[in-house]
Amino acid sequence: MTTTTAAPSRRYDDDLPAGHHPSKLSRTLVWTGLVLFLIYSIAPVWFLVVSATKNQRDLYTTNGLWFAEFHLFDNVRDLFTYNDSIFLRWMANTLLYGVAGTVGMTVVCVACGYALAMYQFRGRGILMGCIIASFLIPGALLTIPSFLLYTRMHIVDTPWAIIVPHFFSAFSVYLAKVYAEGAIPPELLEAARVDGAGEYRAFVTIGARLMTTGSATIFLLGFVGSWNSFFGPLVFLRGEQKWTVMLGLYSWLNIKVDQSVDLTGLVIVGAIVSLIPIVALMLAMQRYWRSGITLGSLK
Amino acid sequence: MSLDLKPKPLTKPPAQRAGDVRASGGRWRRTVALKGASFTAPFFAGFVVFTVVPVIMALSKSLYSSKSSGLGFGEKTVTFSGFENFGRALHDSKFWGSLWRVALFAIVVIPLIQFVSLALALLLDSVRRRAAGKLRIAMLVPYMSPGIVATLIWIYLYSPAVGPLTPFFRLFGIDANFYSSQMIWVSVGNLMAWGSIGFNMLIVYGALQAVPRDIFDSARVDGASEWRIAWSIKVPYVRRSLVLVSILGIIGTLQIFSEPLLFRSMTPETVNKDFTPIMTIYNQAFAVGDFNYAAALSIVLALVVGLISAIFYKLTNKAPA
Repeated sequence: MTTTTAAPSRRYDDDLPAGHHPSKLSRTLVWTGLVLFLIYSIAPVWFLVVSATKNQRDLYTTNGLWFAEFHLFDNVRDLFTYNDSIFLRWMANTLLYGVAGTVGMTVVCVACGYALAMYQFRGRGILMGCIIASFLIPGALLTIPSFLLYTRMHIVDTPWAIIVPHFFSAFSVYLAKVYAEGAIPPELLEAARVDGAGEYRAFVTIGARLMTTGSATIFLLGFVGSWNSFFGPLVFLRGEQKWTVMLGLYSWLNIKVDQSVDLTGLVIVGAIVSLIPIVALMLAMQRYWRSGITLGSLK
Repeated sequence: MSLDLKPKPLTKPPAQRAGDVRASGGRWRRTVALKGASFTAPFFAGFVVFTVVPVIMALSKSLYSSKSSGLGFGEKTVTFSGFENFGRALHDSKFWGSLWRVALFAIVVIPLIQFVSLALALLLDSVRRRAAGKLRIAMLVPYMSPGIVATLIWIYLYSPAVGPLTPFFRLFGIDANFYSSQMIWVSVGNLMAWGSIGFNMLIVYGALQAVPRDIFDSARVDGASEWRIAWSIKVPYVRRSLVLVSILGIIGTLQIFSEPLLFRSMTPETVNKDFTPIMTIYNQAFAVGDFNYAAALSIVLALVVGLISAIFYKLTNKAPA
């Protein structure tokens, strides 16, 4: 059961002196550590899944880590019908803000990163400086004045306050620039110019295509960020019809047990349902957030 | 054989790309550059409106005071007050108390998280790659959970009513109240660790994979133990990524908001409304209604965060590799 089959791990090669094989004891220790951490990572999610299948009474009286009577479908039905299906509304809102904001962001930031990588123009240095400097601005500094600004722009408590500011992500521009530098050979653009393609056409037919993987990565990170965001929606959205799912779950958490309703069960099921789209997306797009920057090139 | 190997520089020398179109005439070249610049126009315009303008507004707002106390917008009179808000901020014991509380927390928790991430990455690096690949996905589950969902999960795990943790600790005769004021930071710290260790570990693990494997073989031939290899080769190699992750962690932790806010829903006695700096600012703006003072506090917080990251960066870059 040792490592003879594993070609890539060179360190256990047989030509090493005998004393350098990892001992049984150290292998056991390594695996103990890893398995313990694995349990630590998974168990809380397991608890959430198990809890989602219980009715309100069992939630309080049975062991949290194992199933009781199976009520998952009742719970899901309750979740989607409670308060005129407000949860469905929140999910739809979150999806809308996420897709609209992130599609716009990907277009704006990929174009900007592409230009920063491929062109020399006046003000390029200043723009790069702005982008790096804005990494250093804590989000905390921006929120309060942003609220005042949006009030003046009359977009507080509208979806625009969530969608439009999301377009302009300095970090995404930086990613796009780094990606473009690796993915687009300048000679290819020159060849396009020689063949008479304009700059915009070259971007659409060459630049944007070679940057597909990078753009997908930027989209994925942006969408996850938008789905998970909390402080922005909390400050900029008032009416519950416009809330995101995270904000809605928070509001349910605030409805206390001493009132006639106890929403603990709904919050637990809602938390799981809110996880499903994001986990599915991350699993489906695994290859994008893993793939290196070295992919696209001259063929 | 000397073991102090320095990490390779990560950046390639800047390639001279773009504008060197060797075509006829400067005018055409200028048009190309102009068209290239136009790709950045949407971002730049948005950046000015949504980042530069708010910063300027924060600076200008902080120099004014609205005098009449009140929630009614009509009755306030706004007057220029110079640095009065900043003077008030410097003596605001609640604000500095919250900042001190969070800073202390960051000093304990961030190194702990980095240490555990590094240790786990080293463990993962010492098993076969195929096994490591399978483990990695499972260990990323916490990273995939949104912060609010992660907080909700742990809030219920900690809860004496529905969570399994309180009865579990009672088995060992420990009466753990995760919501008490002694335990609250442990509870929040554990929540943060759960959410971030998996991802940090992956970054470190990725850096470890880049170390040429031959070095380990040579070190073994020279008689270095696995511990010695880990400490003298692997750790120096990943030092840069550890520093980066630490700085991001400190900046994030000083601005911690949603986690304590959700804990406040469960235990408002322990987590008061001025518990962290951002909670103080949020409270000043939206409960008290004093936006001018909230803007001043935001600036002070931004300066503190910037200063701390700068000091940290200096210190870790000076330390011998």
